[in-house]
Amino acid sequence: MPAPVITARDLRKQYEDVAAVDGISFEVSPGESFGLLGPNGAGKSTTMRMVGAVSTRTSGDLEILGLDPNAHGPDIRSQLGVVPQADNLDTELRVRENLLVYGRYFGLPRRTIAERADELLAFAQLEEKSKAKVDALSGGMKRRLTIARALINDPRILLLDEPTTGLDPQARHILWDRLFRLKEQGTTLVLTTHYMDEAEQLCDRLIVVDHGRIMAEGTPAELIRAHSSREVLEVRFGADRNAEVAKRLEGVGDRIEVLPDRILVYSANGEAELVRITEAGLHPITSLVRRSSLEDVFLRLTGRSLIE
Amino acid sequence: MSAESPRQQATDAPGAPRPETARALAAGTRPRRFGAWYVAEHRFRVMRSYLQTMLATGIGSPIIYLYGLGAGLASLIDAPVASQPGAEGVPYLVFVAPALLASAAITVATEEFSYPIMLGYKWNPTFTGMHASPIRPGQIVDGIVISVTVRILATSAVYYLFMLLFGAVPSPLGYLAVLAATLGGLAFGHLLMAYVSTLEQDTGQIALVMRFLVLPMTLFSGTFFPLSQLPWFLQPIGWVSPLWHATELSRVFAYGYPEPLWLTVVHVVVLVAMAAVGWIASRRIAARRLGR
Repeated sequence: MPAPVITARDLRKQYEDVAAVDGISFEVSPGESFGLLGPNGAGKSTTMRMVGAVSTRTSGDLEILGLDPNAHGPDIRSQLGVVPQADNLDTELRVRENLLVYGRYFGLPRRTIAERADELLAFAQLEEKSKAKVDALSGGMKRRLTIARALINDPRILLLDEPTTGLDPQARHILWDRLFRLKEQGTTLVLTTHYMDEAEQLCDRLIVVDHGRIMAEGTPAELIRAHSSREVLEVRFGADRNAEVAKRLEGVGDRIEVLPDRILVYSANGEAELVRITEAGLHPITSLVRRSSLEDVFLRLTGRSLIE
Repeated sequence: MSAESPRQQATDAPGAPRPETARALAAGTRPRRFGAWYVAEHRFRVMRSYLQTMLATGIGSPIIYLYGLGAGLASLIDAPVASQPGAEGVPYLVFVAPALLASAAITVATEEFSYPIMLGYKWNPTFTGMHASPIRPGQIVDGIVISVTVRILATSAVYYLFMLLFGAVPSPLGYLAVLAATLGGLAFGHLLMAYVSTLEQDTGQIALVMRFLVLPMTLFSGTFFPLSQLPWFLQPIGWVSPLWHATELSRVFAYGYPEPLWLTVVHVVVLVAMAAVGWIASRRIAARRLGR
């Protein structure tokens, strides 16, 4: 097996009396697409900033491409592409200029940068916006430009912090498509997200993070298998009745989770559980049988849902 | 060596590092060496977007001030202005022109080292973007210093040309006043940059600096009248003012302003010290702020 491109051992980051990252260990192999899944404030972004050789760790070991970021920040960063959570494109420059200026930071020759800039504008479907002002772009376009910028140095590892947060569904799908292509080309992707569908779409393997610690690790399918049932039956009895009805559902399914607006029944066969419930004389207002998702894994592991 | 575990020795076998490690080390070399220049390049490109404003103020202000004060105020002041009681005086325009030059340099420095710094850290965090590339925080500061130095030099040079046109520079060493003014701009500007770098929010602090520091500094730094005209208890304002030191130094070069040599040396030392302290502080603050 090839040596990992990222190795973190017992990584910690302390901000005064808050441990933002509290002893995280993981490895990422070359070409892998690795996700950090967790709610806001779980320590995902802080971990990304340490992996990005920008934020200094408080303790633990960290190696990126075989180098320690404390001593080799610029060398490591020369091999990374970074898509931060908040866009930081230069709004005083135009679209293409943003790529030209950024390419220089890697010490690349102007001609190489100009060629790549044109390729990347095509990749990001922004060719027609080449001379536009950054502020005139939509949210999705800005995101794509930021990704194009992150690729100007042909990075070994692409770090994406909440790449699609705040985008509409169509823009998200365009972005996923672009990221999927990079993955196919063998770029190592590391991304944080609090969207289950995003993690399931893009990640080969992921860690579930909460309060700066790893709660679980595996492929999306493994995590679902280990921490949830095959199917989930969602039933609604009305916000004021859910808790009361839940008491009468004891014994139904493998496990029951009561949320404010609905009851989740975990079972290998959701339809069968629904029949049992109706036979017991209970008639939900709505019912839905679906496959288990990472959302259920998260709920099981932390007792909270991801998006509150 | 003895601290290394056997396992580590096995994986880090002697000889060549992993190919991706070697690639990283090679790719990091140029940015380590030239990073500040890349940042300066970026800043020049940004400056190009407000080139017209820069040209308009760069050419307009020397004309307005030199003409206004030369043809206007100077016509009321018949008597030659002497810097110290008993010293030989010079025409008012000759007296005030070097001060206007220094003041123009400080104005440009104030413009470039205030809001653009807040912009880069917070409003449009391009510094964060630069730092995600191989550029180090200190290089960001250096790059800004390089680009602003060029702009101040250019502005001061244009100002100086107009001073020549208005016949306000009797000394052949006058061109050195451009350097004195630039040094003054950097002395004040670097300190301002260090201060602005510490601001998490701008709740009016920068405007306050402009109104209650830059403007009074112009009035109490021997700009329009010699510092010795002020009551003794106001004169220390001049001694700590980079504008006063830059003005006096410019006067020495522009018309052989009679002051003891040690005082000229003091001006240079004070200005260089201010510029150095502000620069070093800005670099440290940048490293702390961007590396959080």
